[in-house]
Amino acid sequence: MNPMQIKIEEATKQGKVGLIPFLPAGFPNREQFWKELEELDKAGASVIEIGMPFSDPVADGPVVEKASLKCLDDGINLAWIFEGLKKRKGQFSAALLLMGYLNPVYQYGVDTFAADCEAAGVSGLIIADMPHEESDFVKKALAPHGVSLVPLVGLNTSKERMKLYADGASGFCYFVSVLGTTGQRESLPTLIKEKLTEAKEVFDIPIALGFGIKHPDQLTQFEGLMDAAVFGSALITHIESGKSSSEFMEPWK
Amino acid sequence: MKKGYFGDFGGQFIPELLMPPLLELEEAMETILPSEEFQTRFTNMLKENIGRPSTITYCPNLSKDLGLDLWLKREDLNHSGAHKINNTLGQGLLAKMMGKDVLLAETGAGMHGVATAVAAAMLDMKAVIYMGATDIVRQAPNVGRMKLMGAEIVSVESGTKTLKDAINEALRRWLADQETTHYCFGTAAGPHPFPTLVREFQQVISKEARQQFMDRNDGDLPDVVVACVGGGSNAIGMFHHFVPDESVKIVGVEAAGTGEPGCDDSAPLDHGSEGVLHGMKTKLLQTDEGQILPSHSVAPGLDYPGVGPEHAHLQDSGRGDYVTINDSQAINAFKILSRREGIIPALESSHAVAYAIENKDKLQGKSVLVCLSGRGDKDLGILDQIL
Repeated sequence: MNPMQIKIEEATKQGKVGLIPFLPAGFPNREQFWKELEELDKAGASVIEIGMPFSDPVADGPVVEKASLKCLDDGINLAWIFEGLKKRKGQFSAALLLMGYLNPVYQYGVDTFAADCEAAGVSGLIIADMPHEESDFVKKALAPHGVSLVPLVGLNTSKERMKLYADGASGFCYFVSVLGTTGQRESLPTLIKEKLTEAKEVFDIPIALGFGIKHPDQLTQFEGLMDAAVFGSALITHIESGKSSSEFMEPWK
Repeated sequence: MKKGYFGDFGGQFIPELLMPPLLELEEAMETILPSEEFQTRFTNMLKENIGRPSTITYCPNLSKDLGLDLWLKREDLNHSGAHKINNTLGQGLLAKMMGKDVLLAETGAGMHGVATAVAAAMLDMKAVIYMGATDIVRQAPNVGRMKLMGAEIVSVESGTKTLKDAINEALRRWLADQETTHYCFGTAAGPHPFPTLVREFQQVISKEARQQFMDRNDGDLPDVVVACVGGGSNAIGMFHHFVPDESVKIVGVEAAGTGEPGCDDSAPLDHGSEGVLHGMKTKLLQTDEGQILPSHSVAPGLDYPGVGPEHAHLQDSGRGDYVTINDSQAINAFKILSRREGIIPALESSHAVAYAIENKDKLQGKSVLVCLSGRGDKDLGILDQIL
């Protein structure tokens, strides 16, 4: 079983929601990034999602875009991410997930990328601009290295399309809770419950809810319909205000 | 071949959350577009609202100066001054018949924004136009025209503040408002079905031009057909019906920017590499690590680091020849065509005219048909700064 699923199910067994914090690689700076990762790990993250910088992040909202473009300006690239992770391999209790856009991965070479994921202890990959129709070549490259391509579905994904993603999926399913880009929303639409119920029926892997999640109170209404929560923008804003990751994780434990 | 591909290029590289509106559009393209109602209304719009067919013009003075036969396909004579309206009225009508209320568009030079504003006003829809902050400044007259026709302009402050960033922001807006909004994409690029849909609306250029040229030349075809290539919509429209004519040389002209070493340009076909941006696999200006590079051209409509996937395929297959013209060569052509023929071309189209001027030695005695994709009034501000 993929380590991401194992870690999320561990949380479920303890009656908790799996926690998936997101940080752009190299944020808030090169040194501090690894310290934040260690803090998130110690604070009980199930999966840590690391953003790979891209110049044109169409699926990201303003907070994530600004943070990751700054990292890009600082020279953060895939080589830096893999080098740092290889050095720390085995030190994280959380499973590791990389998130980004296809072009940097494509230029790096999908086979090399997949091999480096394995060598660096990375269990999963999200590519924001690659729907099911275009994903075969990436899945084929990842499979021999035990890396899962995490499916991303949302409020406008039909049950038929969910089934396309569910076929052969491992790790977890990322459920996007708003029709929009990443970022914080105060209220979550009621449609979420209906679509989450559908997703639960279709997928036999854990479901993580993401986009617009700021506080654990938002999640109580979805109890039983989701297994994990992804939070990025709120965490970035928190760190930008000079506070620590562990402080952010406190109310989630 | 895989759906939405031209050889190795094309595809649908967008977030899953954009797949439903793309599939909806694809279905409309297969059902509404061929319907009698759509075809009747659209044919009438081409004639009554755009003023089609646009004529072809022989250039007697410049032909004599250059030693070749220079013909222009006059898309600059269309309502709103460029080829862009062929596409916006087509997509606008399609969107209207799909039940959408809003036309969303990105614009670089502002011509596509203006043409979208025209379509929205005509069809009683709302236009929302995303435009880079840099382009808003250098194409001020077009901003005024859009506003006058009721369009909402959104200034894009991210990235390079030009066309590429306007596309990013428009895609984000579409993601959020897909229920009510059609993304009226301005060029034959982006995710499937846009490259095919936009070509469908622009192929009228070569459909007319091919017949018009033969009517004027005892049934002969031109030796060379030329068009400027940014995203590539006027070019794909100008090339489409000539592609099967093997005797006709097809030339696409990209912008070389200042042409000085180390400066940005807009020529991904000339020296870019294969990659994925804005929903398509195509040729891109990018770093070795896959980060998209800034582009530059004096012509805002060519200022884009990617290119429509069908052009990448035409180049790859050897059918199309893609060359570059730099800023000063284009400005020279802008002045020469104005002075010698009384036609002020858009700076974008000036790149295509410049091809004939710069290559006159190779083209002696040949017939050259150039797509004059737009008129140059909008560029007088840029020229004032340079001249």
